[in-house]
Order: sequence, then C-alpha cells, then structure tokens
Amino acid sequence: MLRYIIRRLVLLVPLLIGITLISFVVIHLAPGEPTDLQTQMNPQASSELQERLRVQYGLDQPLYVQYGRWLGRLIQLDFGESFATDRRPVLDKIFERLPVTILLNVLSIVFILAIAVPLGVVSAIRRNSGFDRATTILVFTGFAMPSFWLALLLMDWFGVRLGVLPVSGLKSLGYEYLSWGAQLLDRISHLILPVFVSAIGGVAGFSRYMRSNMLEVIRQDYILTARAKGLAERTVIYKHALRNALLPVITILGLSVPGLIGGSVIFETIFAIPGMGKLFYDGVMMRDYPLIMGILVIGAVLTLLGNLLADISYALADPRIRHTQQANRSQ
Amino acid sequence: MRLLRKGLLIVTVIVLAACNQSDELNHPGVEQVTTPAYGDTFIEASIGDASTLLPVLASDSASSSINGLVYNGLIRYNKNLQIEGELAESWDIAEDNLTITFHLRRDVRWHDGEPLTAADVQFTYNLYIDPATPTAYAEAFKQVTRVEVPDPYTFVVHYDKPYAPALISWATAIHPRHLLEGQDITKSPLSRHPIGTGPYKFSEWVGGEKIVLEANPDYFEGQPYIKRVVYRIIPDVSTQFLELQTGSLDFMGLSPLQFDRQTDTPAFRRLYNKYRYLNFGYTYLGYNLKRPLFQDKRVRQALSYAIDKQELIDGVLLGYGAIATGPYKPDTWVYNGNVQRYPYNPEKSRELLAAAGWEDSNANGILDKDGVELAFTIVTNQGNDLRSKTGEIIQRRFREIGVDVKLRIIEWATFLKEFINPGNFDATILGWTGGPEPDQYNIWHSSKTGPRELNFIGFKNAEVDQLLEDGRRVFDEQQRKIYYDRFQEILAEEQPYTFLYVGEALPAVSRRFRGVEPAPAGIRYNFTHWFVPKAEQKYSR
Repeated sequence: MLRYIIRRLVLLVPLLIGITLISFVVIHLAPGEPTDLQTQMNPQASSELQERLRVQYGLDQPLYVQYGRWLGRLIQLDFGESFATDRRPVLDKIFERLPVTILLNVLSIVFILAIAVPLGVVSAIRRNSGFDRATTILVFTGFAMPSFWLALLLMDWFGVRLGVLPVSGLKSLGYEYLSWGAQLLDRISHLILPVFVSAIGGVAGFSRYMRSNMLEVIRQDYILTARAKGLAERTVIYKHALRNALLPVITILGLSVPGLIGGSVIFETIFAIPGMGKLFYDGVMMRDYPLIMGILVIGAVLTLLGNLLADISYALADPRIRHTQQANRSQ
Repeated sequence: MRLLRKGLLIVTVIVLAACNQSDELNHPGVEQVTTPAYGDTFIEASIGDASTLLPVLASDSASSSINGLVYNGLIRYNKNLQIEGELAESWDIAEDNLTITFHLRRDVRWHDGEPLTAADVQFTYNLYIDPATPTAYAEAFKQVTRVEVPDPYTFVVHYDKPYAPALISWATAIHPRHLLEGQDITKSPLSRHPIGTGPYKFSEWVGGEKIVLEANPDYFEGQPYIKRVVYRIIPDVSTQFLELQTGSLDFMGLSPLQFDRQTDTPAFRRLYNKYRYLNFGYTYLGYNLKRPLFQDKRVRQALSYAIDKQELIDGVLLGYGAIATGPYKPDTWVYNGNVQRYPYNPEKSRELLAAAGWEDSNANGILDKDGVELAFTIVTNQGNDLRSKTGEIIQRRFREIGVDVKLRIIEWATFLKEFINPGNFDATILGWTGGPEPDQYNIWHSSKTGPRELNFIGFKNAEVDQLLEDGRRVFDEQQRKIYYDRFQEILAEEQPYTFLYVGEALPAVSRRFRGVEPAPAGIRYNFTHWFVPKAEQKYSR
C-alpha cells in the first residue's frame, strides 16, 4: 500500500508540471495584458509607462523565459506577487480568501449529505410512492433553478420583506462589539442563505444519485439473502444495503476536495462574500497572471491529492478492491 | 479622464459631477431647523475592493474615493467648480504664466502628528516623475521644468511653456515624505494603511469586505461631523439595492430604472432623499475616419441626422439625461450651445447621402454606390448594457434610411486589442468621462492618433490642433472659452463622433444626513459638513 502511494505521489509531479504549462500558455493566449488596465484609454498615461510596467512585470521576455522564471520560483514555493496595483504576494491574497471559502463549502457539503442521503434512501425504499414523486419534482425544480435568481428571491423575501435575515455579507456592522453568543448568532444568520443556496443544487443531484444507488443495491442477491435469513427490514436497509450504497460517496467526497477551495463567482458576487471564486474571476479579468497561476496550481494539487485520497479510502473501505490489489500483487 | 467601461461607474463616479436640476423629492417639505451634531456612521457600497490606498498608484474608482477622504491636494474644485485652496492657502501665477507659487497652510499635520511642509509637496512631485514609480498620472508633472522650496511653507513650480491644466494637476494628493522617502513605493505598507492629511483617518481594511475610516479630530478645516465612514464591498448592484431597501446602506448611485420605478414608494421616500444631476461624461458613436466611407463629411452628418437622440435618452436612460452636442457638459462655462445641431431628420439624412452618391439603385432597401452597399459594423464593449441598447436603437434607425448596420459586442480586452488599437473597426459606441478642466488635447489632437493613443478614430484638423494648443497655454477662462467655443463648432460641423447623450447621476442619500446641498460640483463636495441630528443618530459607536 505504501509503495503504491509513493508511486502515485511521484507520478503527480510530471502531471502537475504539464498542467501548469498548459494553463500558462492558455492564459497568455487571451488577448490583453495586465498593464492594459492601468494604461489604456487613460489620457494621463504615456506609452513609455506601458513599456516600463511591462519590464517591471517581466512581460517583455519571451513566454518560455517567463514560464521558466515562474516555475523556478514555484519550486521554492514562491508564488510571486500579484500584478494588481497593490503588488501583494499571491499567497497572501489567496490565504485571505481561503477560510471563508472553505467554511462555506464544508457547511454546504455537510448540509448536502445530511439532507440528500436520507432523502435518497427513503425515495428508493418507497419507490413510486407519493413521497418519491413529490421529492422528484422538488429535486428537479431545485436543480433547474438558477441559483442567482433563487438567491435574490430569498434575499428579498427574508432580508427585505420579513427582515429576519441579513441580505449579504458575513458579519454585521459592529460585530466586534457583540457578546460571544451574539457574535455566533450573527455569523449563523449571515450563513443561512448562502449555505442553503449553494447546497440546493448539490442536494438535488446527490439525492438522485443516492436513490439510484440504493435501488441498485436493494436488487442484489445478498439483500435477498439477508431478508431470507429473517433479518428485520430496518437491519436489511440501514446495515446491509445503505453501507454498500454509500461507497460511491467516498469518491464524491474525494473529488470535492479541490471544490473546497473553489468558489462560485456568481454566488459570491450576489452575497458579497469575499471568496476564491471572485478572486479568481477578478484575476482573470485583470490578466493577473501570477494570481491566476497560483490559484490554478493549488487547485490542481488538491484535485490530484483528492483523487489519490479517494482511491486510497476506497481501497480501505471496500474489501473487494483491497483483495484484488493483493491478488494482483501476489501474481 | 478615463474611458468609461461600465455604466455602473457612471453612477458611482459623481464626485466631480455638477448639478443640473434637483428633483422635487429633494425638498421634502419644511425641514425642522437642526443643529449640527457629531457622531454616527455613513455606510456606502462599492462594487469593487480598493486596490491600493496610495493615490500615486491607485487607478480604480474605489481606491480614489477613499483616498479622496484620506489625502488632500494643494488645491481643489469648490462647489461651483472654481479652483480654491486646500493645503495651499493661496497661490500666485507669474505674469508670464510660467511660474506658480503656492503658499501652504501652516496648521496641517499628518495623521501621525508630523507637520506638513513644502518638502512633502516636493517629495510628491519627485515621486510622480520617478521612472521607478508605476503611476498613470505622471504626464502633467512632466511638463514641470523645475521646483523650488524657498521656505518650509512655500512651493514654487516652473514651466517652460504656459500650461493651463497644470494648476489643477496640483489637486493631486500630497504624500508623506517622512514615511515614504527612500523606499520602494510598490512595497510600502502605506498602500494598505494610508497616512494622509485629510478629514478622515484610515481605520480598518478587511479584504473584499469593508474599509473603515474615522473622522480626523485634528483636521485643519475642523473635525468632520460624521464620525465614521464605512465602504462595504458589495459587487452586485441588485444586492446593493436590496441592502439599501433594508436601510443598511446610507448612499447609493441608482440606475435610471431603480430611480424611476423601483424607489417610488412611500417606504423608500421615508428613508431616502433622491438627487439627480448631470454627470461629467458622454456617450458617442465614433466613426473610423481612416475608412473611405467615413471620410465624406456628408455621410457622417447624414448618420447624425438619422439618430433620434431624445429617443435614446428616453429608451436607454428613461429620460435621465441630456442630448450631447460636443465633448462638454451643457451646464459648464466652457460649453457652447450655439453649434450645428442634428435633430432627428431622416429626409435630410437621405438627401445628404444622395448628395454623397448613395442611392438605392437595385431597390433592395439598402443604399449603394458603384455596386457597393452602404453597410458597416458598430462595435462596443461587453458589460455595458446602456451601450448595447443604444446600439440596437441606432441600428434600427439606420436601417430606416437604408444603411445596413451590424452590431458586435466584444469583451473589453479583446475589444481594445483586436479592434480599437489596430484601428480595425468601422464605428464604435463608447464614452468619455471628464472633469471641469476643458483640455481635450489627448483625444482630438492629430499627434495623438498613434497606436494605443486616444484619438483612435484618426481625427486630423489643423485648426483644431491650433485651438487645442492655444487653449492649454492660457489660464484666463474667458480667453480659453474663445478657443474652446470654436473647437466645439468645428467638431459639431465635422461630426467625427455623433455625440449622443450625457447621463445623470442619480444618488439616494439616507434622510438622516443633513447639510446636503446640491451644487454644480454634485453633492459630495461638502461631505465633511454633512451631519445627523443627535436624536436621529443610528450608530452609537
């Protein structure tokens, strides 16, 4: 197992370099340069300034030199400075946005699992019942609904009309002066709408997935055996069937690791949440190459690690895979 | 002056905007007489986070509006857009217009307690012209030949040619020498934690979330009444508007739709006063004069006659705007209203086109000449709804006189790189924002037609060149007006642009705030005098 992991880890390196190379080239294919934003269409800026900025940013060099320099710094874990006028280190910018994004995504995943798993299981057991049909309709409505539209409706309803929840942001003004309990309440009230809206699509998709998984498992012979043994229906469903139906969840969780640091621009923009999605979007619009590359690299690393993690935990959780591996090795 | 990218910016950049007409709503009955009181918080939203709070590096509107409260210039525009002293008590312009001497106030201190002296002004000048400083605002200072500091409170600038825009270039924020000298400006901690001389001190910046300023009790013009200013970063305007409706924001620039339809409720009027005044800035349809089609003046005039500008204002701005006749705002001293105008007149338009040889010889509804149809493409940038709507309306009107027009909407960077910079376009809908200074050299002078320069339509007119050069060389308004009046006449006659409209700023301000006095400079010019009566103060901390 350990050898397998190390081999996978080593293989990640060329893969990662390949990813950065392609990303780097693609980003530079987009028209416009970071210096344009500061100098173009500005009567006060001279073309001399444009050239000076290009030299300062190293944009006067050929692309392969730029990539080489960037990679050289990356190896020393130096992500460079942003091309935005503030010239802050890319890592500072990313770490400033990361906690909020991770918090929201974790809450959202927990919410999705907490709702979607029971929903899917019950729908599967009571297949074609009124409940199943009702959830099917609801779930597809939720899936089809544009999240920005839903967000605005909820903000208008709960924030403006009823006035029970804050419209946007993460904290109220004067948060610093609240008591500990009030601070917690304040934070929760700000998180309710964003978490709900960001999770709604996931709940829809995941509960469908759960339902079909469960249906598949229930048809298996060992469930028949379990029933034939005279086990209680509860035990059959929640012990034997659910466990097996949950296996693919591991893969999904593994794949959602990179998603933890990714955000949605639309969603963050609407709720005025300073997250990774907006940071990345703004970076792209301003052609802030070091920032874009920094986020892409972190995203790529997490995706690759997430995949690896999913594979490993799959092997740990599913004896069939574990045994096949051992069998392969002994051959 | 910068090119407007988004309609949103039009409504947020109102600092330099002048008052056109005040709405009925501005005078909500008899206000009880209230005495100014200190305290309360003013909360406004910004669509983007500030980039840097060092004015020399900042070029975005969020940073600029914050820097405006934290720093001071030597001079500024007053409510009537006349130049008055700020850090400078007075100034003298020498007979030959080549030397300006500023006399500084002696009672100004930086937020850290150090006194402000002429050395700071000299340092600021050096900072701007330093080649290592990546600033977009060095041009005006490059005209300076020499500066002198005869004593700590006198600052003298010399020019080798008289340069009228020079005076207002000294409205530039003065930077603290004692904190910045000998440092790499791009790495200065002041970019995240500014120290200025202005009415507000920097307090807190939570990235992507908010920026907080506190009143400066030692401000040389007296402590501002409002104790705290909070800029909340809310990137979505719909969200901003929802926040406004809950009363969480005290100020917002409204869109015409919001102003006209969505705020016309008793609940909203109870919370906010609305104001309207013309923006500095106009939208135009510019013709690429390097294209043979547009080299005939009659064609350009014909197209101007074919556009119903009032229809654009009514349709796109819901009536909140004025017809533009040239590059200046109708209510400024430099504006010349006695120029050739182009009221909607399709007959006249057809006549002019016929005179230029364009006729529908094959009766397919599109004019042609020598077998070529009269067809071209209008390009504009993505993300500006007003411009794309304007384009659609113009497209229809042009079709009616037999001109086949396509409209292409392109992402900003691509738009500049592939279309504007290489001159690869027929016509474009864009806008300019400006200020009270009338110098238009960079946009209309024939020397500015190079790649990446602002006269990208390739307008070349010897008389205009001369007028623009003369206009920069005199300081006297009346004399300048003679040059700029003629300049506007030529533009109106030549129609290198069809000047379309000037939009209005439509701000809503919470009714708690008193002392708001609309003037030619807009409403924000006297922000330090706004106050909330003690009984109505909302935020105690």
